[in-house]
Amino acid sequence: MPEQNTVTINRGPRETIYDLSDAGKRCLYVDADPALPAVDPVARFGQYAAAEPPALPQVNEVEIMRHYAHLASMNFGVDVGMYPLGSCTMKYNPRSCEDAARLAGFAELHPAQPAQSVQGALRLMHELQTDLGEIAGFPAVSLQPAAGAHGEYTALMVFRAAHAARGNVRRKVILPDTAHGTNPASVAMAGYEVVQIASTPEGLVDLDALRAALDQDTAAFMLTNPNTVGIFDPNILEITAAVHAVGAYAYCDGANLNAILGVVRPGDLGFDALHINLHKTFATPHGGGGPGAGPICVTAELSPYLPGPLVQHVDSAEDSYQLSYPEQSIGRVRSFYGNFGVMVRAWTYIRALGGQGLRDAGQQAVLSANYLRCRLQDAYRVAYDRICMHEFVLSGSPFAKAYGVHTLDIAKRLLDYGFHPPTIYFPLIVDEAMMIEPTETEPMDALDAFADALLAIADEAARDPEMLHNAPWTTPVRRLDEAAAARTPDLCWQAPTADAHGSR
Amino acid sequence: MNYLPITRRQQQQMLDTIGVSDVSQLYTDVPDSVLLSGAPSVAGGISEVALTRTLDELAGQNANAANDYVCFAGGGIYDHHRPAFIDHLIRRPEFFTAYTPYQPEVSQGTLQAIYEYQTGICLLTGLDVANASMYDGATALVEAAFMATRIKRGRRVVLASAALSPDKLQTLATYAASDLIEVRHIPVSSGVTDAAALADALAAADGQVAAVLLPYPNYYGLVADVSVMIAATHDAGALAVLDTNPIMLGVLASPGSLGADIAVGEGQPLGNAMSFGGPGLGYFACTAACMRQIPGRLVGRTHDVDGKRGYVLTLATREQHIRREKATSNICSNHALNALIAGMYLAATGPDGLRSIALDCLAKADYLREQLLATGLFSDPFATDDGSDGSSGGARPHGYEFTLTWTGQTPLRDLHDELFARGYLAGIITPDGTGLILATTEKRTIAEIDAFCQEVVRCA
Repeated sequence: MPEQNTVTINRGPRETIYDLSDAGKRCLYVDADPALPAVDPVARFGQYAAAEPPALPQVNEVEIMRHYAHLASMNFGVDVGMYPLGSCTMKYNPRSCEDAARLAGFAELHPAQPAQSVQGALRLMHELQTDLGEIAGFPAVSLQPAAGAHGEYTALMVFRAAHAARGNVRRKVILPDTAHGTNPASVAMAGYEVVQIASTPEGLVDLDALRAALDQDTAAFMLTNPNTVGIFDPNILEITAAVHAVGAYAYCDGANLNAILGVVRPGDLGFDALHINLHKTFATPHGGGGPGAGPICVTAELSPYLPGPLVQHVDSAEDSYQLSYPEQSIGRVRSFYGNFGVMVRAWTYIRALGGQGLRDAGQQAVLSANYLRCRLQDAYRVAYDRICMHEFVLSGSPFAKAYGVHTLDIAKRLLDYGFHPPTIYFPLIVDEAMMIEPTETEPMDALDAFADALLAIADEAARDPEMLHNAPWTTPVRRLDEAAAARTPDLCWQAPTADAHGSR
Repeated sequence: MNYLPITRRQQQQMLDTIGVSDVSQLYTDVPDSVLLSGAPSVAGGISEVALTRTLDELAGQNANAANDYVCFAGGGIYDHHRPAFIDHLIRRPEFFTAYTPYQPEVSQGTLQAIYEYQTGICLLTGLDVANASMYDGATALVEAAFMATRIKRGRRVVLASAALSPDKLQTLATYAASDLIEVRHIPVSSGVTDAAALADALAAADGQVAAVLLPYPNYYGLVADVSVMIAATHDAGALAVLDTNPIMLGVLASPGSLGADIAVGEGQPLGNAMSFGGPGLGYFACTAACMRQIPGRLVGRTHDVDGKRGYVLTLATREQHIRREKATSNICSNHALNALIAGMYLAATGPDGLRSIALDCLAKADYLREQLLATGLFSDPFATDDGSDGSSGGARPHGYEFTLTWTGQTPLRDLHDELFARGYLAGIITPDGTGLILATTEKRTIAEIDAFCQEVVRCA
């Protein structure tokens, strides 16, 4: 057993900022301008004046700094250590991208500024549209969606509009049982019916099942490719052809684009639309859950329906950019122009790497994943024992059967070794799944240390299952009672003096 | 630049371990016909020095509110002061390089911060439950409409005030194209939602209305008599949704205290950069009765096996990764980091600070409004008859945003452009093209306002 890493996050729980509150302390406030008459909210708003301001905490700046510094120390991020969450592409977030988004010329722009005053921003957006289109193999791109799921939804509405334009109302969308949960949820939000088809034992699209499900009522087929077990579907051209044969659209969930970055273009595979997670493939940070950005790329046929506004290059001597709505646009899917700050980071990342750098990144992601797979394949059951793409899936079922040690136990024990666990219990078609995506930015030492940790845990499973059942041991808190949290939800801090029912 | 830490020798070691001689052998599942022979045609591969130069150049082609112009525009995104400490905390890599807190044992920082954010939003809105954030104010409003149709099963009509921002109305229209909801607009009268028209629409819909969406204050800056409309909404068995500027909740009665079932809004004013309109965040709060239908993530407090207090994502059976097509929303990535900023901002202002900021914004809005009216080049399109309420002189109650009709000779579009050229973003031109919607934050000074008014006169 290798020497156990010490996790850097070892500070215990902390009271809330509300518990720190003490009347009279202040941090951010403004003094009323003595030259202006004071505003009396009651005189102005009558019954709509608040009797008193919201009971926010009263603390000062040093207390806030210490509070959040303490909270930060209880968190794990990519900068703390390896974060091999499958399908989440937790790669290093370059700091040049962070600084770029904070330049006043980007961060301090109001969306209502005249177009001529934001030419740099529009040019950046236009270049990003163009580059993403080139990388993905599509002629048209909308940067508006705020996240991957938002991109899925947007593309489905584009499909709906395109079908409707042909007087063709279709009701269902097909997806495989390996799909991310956002896919069926987006389908439902777009007003379509979900038809799920089973995958083959190899984790691939069952062509016969797909052909059987496809009909004139099929609006689209959604597929993550490479898929969520880390395999590039070798039948992809037959799949998209079958979808097109019934007049449906083929959608690519781009969550796994990192695997084929600079190597294969989804647009060349027959897909009609794709969303790209800038917060995965293009290295923008996840921020503890967001913000991300989920631009969509579409074929020329679908481009008239894209949400607006898009950035257009005005082909004139002035070389300028403007915002425009496509002719038959589905409309906007959110306020303003998308998550511009995230776009700046992605643009910066793309410019840093260039085409060759992107291809190198994609290839290294695949190489590192396969290396890790090979290092683990003797001790763990690889769900699909073959060359993988950027991620692979292990099944913990042998440990469950032999020792009663489940994937959850293994994941929690990894925390003691200083690693963030992989994605667990997904995809749903693999029993006791552990989905591992190392990404290209993990040093070889980290990959080896992670493999060593998993091998050590495999030994521990045989020797001391009870210890694993109770892991983690070294984290700021240990296993949390999620059932209690759901049974009697405590979602909002209550002052100790609040009434017993806890209602406001 | 690249960020690859693997050496050539290590790559060879990896290939040897795998048992292949070349990376291309890892792509054997890909049909040959679609394999690219080389890198995509994308510019770059430059050093950080060169990159910085290019970025400075691009950023320099934009006029920014910090250095180049004075911002009097709002419409959801406001030029508020952002306290310095926030960015120092937000740059903590443990916060911004973390994923969604699926492993709570090593995510207590994010989880507790979200719990505190949720608390702050509950306090602002006077409601019981707030989620961990949505993408923006527009999508939060859409989610509120969808949520109402789930709670009010069988009802699919959503009445939306035409005094909501055009962006929000357009987003609603897009989402309504799936026919899951039907959006009908309630017209504006004298700058505010027409209460009589709302009553008519509720009656006409005959028990089919799931929600009524009302701005507070509205796109034109006005605070309408929403209590009457909330009561009418409830009488019709529908849910009342208020769309609110969070800074204004430092002085306005909370949506919850007015009887609203759901409160949403654009949370950018709470310490977030304008960033050309995104990323900000959508905040979303509702009554306890609506809790099980709320979209998005929720953080709850619980305890660990040793009895220590801790936080987890909870009520996840509402969410897409568990419920798939039956989920309350498709949202997965949200705007957690922006919510963290908002939570820090609310901690910094406390009750009195938030109120002081709101009052200062209001005082400056009143001053700007009076000075502009004094030029004789504007009129108040929504003025009341009596004109008796002191400094506001006949104005309907407005927040730190207000609307004036342009009566000068210069076409309004030209005036707006000319003022921008002189260093002022003169608000937003009204949808009908006749006036300006202007906002003042605590960053504006009397000197700036005076100078702006002089420029208006010069450009008239």
